[in-house]
Amino acid sequence: MSEGTLYDKVWDRHRVTTLPNGQDQLFIGLHLIHEVTSPQAFGMLRERGLELARPDLTHATVDHIVPTDDRDRPFENDAAEEMYAELERNLEGTNIDFDDPSSGNQGIVHVIGPEQGITQPGKTIVCGDSHTSTHGAFGALAFGIGTSQIRDVFATQTVAMEKKKVRKIEVTGELGEDVTAKDVILTIIRRLGTDGGVGYVYEYAGEAIESLGMEGRMSICNMSIEGGARAGYVNPDETTYAWLRETDEFADDPERFEELKPYWESVRSDPDAEYDDVVTIDGSAIEPVVTWGTTPGQGIGISEEIPEPESLPEDKRETARRAQKHMGVEPGETMAGYDIDVAFLGSCTNARLSDLRAGAEIVKSRQVDDSVRAMVVPGSQRVKTAAEREGLDEVFTEAGFEWRNPGCSMCLGMNDDQLVGDEACASSSNRNFVGRQGSKEGRTVLMSPRMVAAAAITGEVTDVRDLPKAEVKA
Amino acid sequence: MSDETEIPSVTRVAGSGVPIRGNDIDTDQIIPARFLKVITFDGLGEFAFFDQRFDDEDNPKDHPFNEERFQDANVLVVNANFGCGSSREHAPQALKRWGIDAIVGESFAEIFAGNCLALGIPTVTADTEAIETLQDWIDENPGSEIGIDVAAETVVYDDETIDAEVDEAQRKALVDGIWDTTALMKSNATAIEATAESLPYIDDPSLRAGEADD
Ligand code: SF4
Repeated sequence: MSEGTLYDKVWDRHRVTTLPNGQDQLFIGLHLIHEVTSPQAFGMLRERGLELARPDLTHATVDHIVPTDDRDRPFENDAAEEMYAELERNLEGTNIDFDDPSSGNQGIVHVIGPEQGITQPGKTIVCGDSHTSTHGAFGALAFGIGTSQIRDVFATQTVAMEKKKVRKIEVTGELGEDVTAKDVILTIIRRLGTDGGVGYVYEYAGEAIESLGMEGRMSICNMSIEGGARAGYVNPDETTYAWLRETDEFADDPERFEELKPYWESVRSDPDAEYDDVVTIDGSAIEPVVTWGTTPGQGIGISEEIPEPESLPEDKRETARRAQKHMGVEPGETMAGYDIDVAFLGSCTNARLSDLRAGAEIVKSRQVDDSVRAMVVPGSQRVKTAAEREGLDEVFTEAGFEWRNPGCSMCLGMNDDQLVGDEACASSSNRNFVGRQGSKEGRTVLMSPRMVAAAAITGEVTDVRDLPKAEVKA
Repeated sequence: MSDETEIPSVTRVAGSGVPIRGNDIDTDQIIPARFLKVITFDGLGEFAFFDQRFDDEDNPKDHPFNEERFQDANVLVVNANFGCGSSREHAPQALKRWGIDAIVGESFAEIFAGNCLALGIPTVTADTEAIETLQDWIDENPGSEIGIDVAAETVVYDDETIDAEVDEAQRKALVDGIWDTTALMKSNATAIEATAESLPYIDDPSLRAGEADD
């Protein structure tokens, strides 16, 4: 068993007791809720006549089903309207912070926590959403939970859980030009498999990780779940602290920052911490990655050939065959030149300011290919405003992108942003499962924001390194 | 609210029965997938066995859940492999909301039985013959009392006592009153408070009342 890791320390600090069934009862420092997974849990709570234990540690937003175009109420989509109205009813009379669209703080739940500074090192964070792992970028212990667990947190501010093993993933060296955090995590998942992390929490470390900004670290931790790990984290360091200093929580309260910093430092993994497993990956060898199949583990470097199913481990062959048929790709080819119909720059993986900047650098002074429907869906209202201040909205709209309001949008196709028929989508999101983007025949190619931008311009999967860049930052 | 939360110990369930005959009744039959898009489990009861109870035009079909004489039943009596299929928590939720407090059957799918336990619904097993006899007896004596003793593992009706079985872990959880994680964890309120207070980032809870007031 691991010892002295951030995971061990944060777990111990939050362990209330061990339950008769053998699970640990963990105290939860922050409970994030959204319109799609909270209503049933609120219903269960009411039914038992229980009250919210710590509404002060609960924070709500709307993201999954809210429209990203016209937001006048009632929404045109009935399910969206019903879920939104139910959240409003549930929040009535509680003192839960709610980032509704009129607040200017609304956004994807995993974008708003970090930007407001409520995501902090050494905190336990849960949400009824598997990508809660994102918050691990700050050295928080963050994981997704199910309906009954949401009810437990509402009623007790605790969850019952078993402790997992810890795998350290060390990414060494320096990342190459145009190689981003997204390429790193797609490489990790390809190497370890989509179920490689089952039973583990991932600690991401090494020079290539430490040199990333917070937004890159979030992209990496975000996709821990695609690698099978329920949580992933990066130890907090000066980069983390620099981000936190600028947030609502600490910008006007530097004393609070100094008060908490020793705790944050204390939960960092010890230099002699023991891990259940250690994996090393050479970061300097990674090139821009795209997926060729229908699981996030089916990725390859842009210049690599799509594998022959027979060359894969036996248990992967059948899925590979089916995936290649669905995507219409042939082994031996590269993904470069694969025609796309839609370009989606959004989702909790890659819709933060730096992601939009990265995309804008590529599209500046260029035009989206005639065959492509392209959209940018900023991760939050704050991201959107900040991007507009830099003129990124103009860069995108002049090139022919739609510039939309924040939400999950085409990441899961729960609102009206969906693929149609067998459209192929260059997507900065995290899941390329069949049907994920709203159409059963739809085809999703996962890639970094820069690569999405490049594909939008050329109408096909393109090595972004072949396109010269422009200077867009104000 | 007090610190101590009572988790009801489920040692005995009494009431009248309703028989649902057939092996391998899956969760899709118990609650069809299209009813999963609801925002709460409230009201799910009326959709229990919906496609068995109603035709395409929503006209009622022959089904015990539609029969007047079984409307007050709270003990469901089923055959083998009941509740197979998906892991949806909606299935036992729908049965519970229809009024079911205990299920007696030949065998149950494991996840379904686990989901029942989380709601405090015992899933009690007995052999094929005993179950079929019980189902026939209910048909002839609707509304008559059946008693399930979880601790003693018996089902008593008329002058009969069925030697039943309750999974060991389930029996302990129900009888000791530790089947409900919410209540179980809530009963540790003092320890929860102590953990919260030991965390430097949690504000003093005594300040909370003031906050809520403004
Ligand atoms: S953006 Fe996509 S992955 Fe992220 S929370 Fe929304 S639906 Fe889930």
